[in-house]
Amino acid sequence: MDFELFTNILFATLRTGTPLILIALGEMVCEKSGVLNLGQEGMVLMGAALGFIAAVVTGHAGLGIIAAILAGMMMSVLFAFLAVTLVSNQVATGLALTIFGTGLSGFLGAGYVGMAIDGIAPFPIPLLSDIPFIGKVLFSHDPLVYLSWVMFALIFWCFRSTRLGLTIRAVGENPEAANAIGIPVMKVRYGAILFGGAMAGLAGAYLSLVYTPMWSEGMSAGRGWIALALVVFASWKAERILLGAYLFGAASIMHLVLQGLGFEASPNLLAMLPYGATIIVLVIIASDAAKAKLSTPLALGKPYRPQV
Amino acid sequence: MNQIELNNITKRYPGCVANQSVDLKVAVGEIHALLGENGAGKSTLMKIIYGVVKPDEGAMRWQGQTVSVKGPAHARDLGIGMVFQHFSLFETLTVAENIALSLPKAESASMDLLKQRIIDVSEHYGMKLDPNRYVHTLSIGEQQRVEIVRCLLQDVKLLILDEPTSVLTPQEVETLFKTLHLLSDEGCSILFISHKLDEVRALCDHATILKSGQVSGHCVPSETTTEELARLMVGDDTPLTEDYKKAEGDEAFLSIVDLSHQSDDPFACTLKNVSFEVKAGEILGIAGVAGNGQEELLNLISGEDTSAKETVFFAKKAVGNLTPEKRRILGLGFVPEERLGRGAVPDMSLQDNGLLTGYQGELTKNGIINTGKVKAFAQNILERFNVKAAGIHAQAKSLSGGNLQKYIIGREILQDPKLLVCSHPTWGVDIGAAILIRHELIKLRDEGCAVLVVSEDIDELYSISDRICAICDGELSPVAPTHDVSINQLGMWMAGDFHALNNENEGAVK
Repeated sequence: MDFELFTNILFATLRTGTPLILIALGEMVCEKSGVLNLGQEGMVLMGAALGFIAAVVTGHAGLGIIAAILAGMMMSVLFAFLAVTLVSNQVATGLALTIFGTGLSGFLGAGYVGMAIDGIAPFPIPLLSDIPFIGKVLFSHDPLVYLSWVMFALIFWCFRSTRLGLTIRAVGENPEAANAIGIPVMKVRYGAILFGGAMAGLAGAYLSLVYTPMWSEGMSAGRGWIALALVVFASWKAERILLGAYLFGAASIMHLVLQGLGFEASPNLLAMLPYGATIIVLVIIASDAAKAKLSTPLALGKPYRPQV
Repeated sequence: MNQIELNNITKRYPGCVANQSVDLKVAVGEIHALLGENGAGKSTLMKIIYGVVKPDEGAMRWQGQTVSVKGPAHARDLGIGMVFQHFSLFETLTVAENIALSLPKAESASMDLLKQRIIDVSEHYGMKLDPNRYVHTLSIGEQQRVEIVRCLLQDVKLLILDEPTSVLTPQEVETLFKTLHLLSDEGCSILFISHKLDEVRALCDHATILKSGQVSGHCVPSETTTEELARLMVGDDTPLTEDYKKAEGDEAFLSIVDLSHQSDDPFACTLKNVSFEVKAGEILGIAGVAGNGQEELLNLISGEDTSAKETVFFAKKAVGNLTPEKRRILGLGFVPEERLGRGAVPDMSLQDNGLLTGYQGELTKNGIINTGKVKAFAQNILERFNVKAAGIHAQAKSLSGGNLQKYIIGREILQDPKLLVCSHPTWGVDIGAAILIRHELIKLRDEGCAVLVVSEDIDELYSISDRICAICDGELSPVAPTHDVSINQLGMWMAGDFHALNNENEGAVK
């Protein structure tokens, strides 16, 4: 394997990991507040479809991104209304959201299949991108990759040392107690769900405007589900989500590279590699049950009814 | 001047009136007791003051002004602090983080300043606290301190304490009372909710007594006898005194031999070399503050958790590795602390709940349920144990705590166990039901059953146990005949000082 191929593999790894990071970080914030939203896949698809449509209609990829974020948020408002305000079962509601989003995005995007757009151009960071190797791997990406790093840093910092992070954790651990000390539980949960929706929409935009600038039905290919698993295996820790997402990205790329190099194995078997590798590594990291429990949101998935 | 004044407060829930036309006045700097049995409406009234629950009728005046409390945040702005019976703490956060959450943003901006304030305030009031520790590593008494310090940092004018002493050792209660006196001297009013009459008499300036949601009397506790107070709480018909003869017991039925156990749960307590036995025909009481290993010990006895075979014996048969089902066949009856969820299935009828543990008897044959017998069994429990329910088809969760407890204990007793293990048999149960339950336990003992009672209610343990001991941090104190153990000594045991022996009972322990 020559050096240039290696550089390209790392470059592609970061690109492949980015949508997972966006979805998983959003879902992590949502779950930290005690809400399990299984609708990620549906929200990603809606973001991808509406983002692409907006970009085609307006001819502006930036507007496509905004439309995608809004689409994700619209979907999550629907979820929040059902699961928080009406206290419905979170699992069932989330599953319904995924099915709904998958169908609706296919319906809305039907007329746009096969169209091509320019997508969002890479934005090599001046000076930094001129560094050999590192410049190519880290600083020659499109803006959304950089944005995913910013979001990671913000969320990491938020849960580590801000009152907002503390508040979200408190609501996710014990909503009754949080209410008793005057934290507006419903508002916090709405906020967390909306944030999750926005991130999922953004991930959708990444898929249909950057990663492969086109729309096809079901193009998220299960990334919403992978991200959900990633959050759990990463023990609700942002840094582990980053690690897991890039691991997954690396393994995905490796399976293509291995096939390209004529590696003798069933392609179907190789396609399993990313899923298997990511889960195994994260399970090993999270094997200390005692510590894992401390970061688990105790009230995850439990509906909260305010007293009257 | 009155700090707070409630006029004509009424709160109705579907099927019951929690508060009816309740009036309450608390003066500045006064320690005021709110007395009443469980279900008398004390907690509802407190939640109304704290804004958690909205009253249907009535008005509240705060420092002379009519206010309508919009929620807990508003109440705290006014200067009302509340320490709930079930703490509203977050176990995975540190003490300082827990406190920061309930303070205004400006005050919690600097964690270092806040930590210093926590140390200062907690020392001033004699309740030492380390702000860096995680809450799940604190004892229940320390957790309560966190709650109180949290209120104190907010410059509270009225501190509401909902049954604060029910989780404390006698020594901790003393410390708490000193703190409360200091607070009231500084002009803070205190509303003290309790059903422990002696404590109310020792601490409070005035008392308001609630019975079935209505005010049944006012008094100055220090000038009123405990009997008079109890009478105001329970009404005229219930007998109050109990006096049970102590028994010696026969051969050991349950033996625990050098049982050590470490749980996977980081919040659980590790048991260290626990050994004791319960004889047929005696009641052994284990005292202790919650979270010191009682739950783990009981799980190992009931079979919900298993240990090495040779650590638990039923009548000399090693059962440490057996499942609950097999232990029940050998004569175990078990009344867990959690009534809804472990003692009974909330959404199932009483009839079906009876079958839950009764299925090994005549109620089923070759796996087929004999519905007639199940109904008769459930009906029998309702009648003999005076359970107030809509009938055997009532859902378990529709019963009040006391009535459900009577049903669960009845279900176990009617299966003629050889060993009955009871966790907190009368916790949250009103006086009438508690007396009935204790009476039945004594009767079962006299029929030759071995009875193990784990409780935090020391008075109850003294009243019914033949031998007594305490558990602290997973270790068991010496076991001694109840009348040889002074309440002071038991308190030391509960705090982990097992060498605190009175001279006269050293022999009994060895």
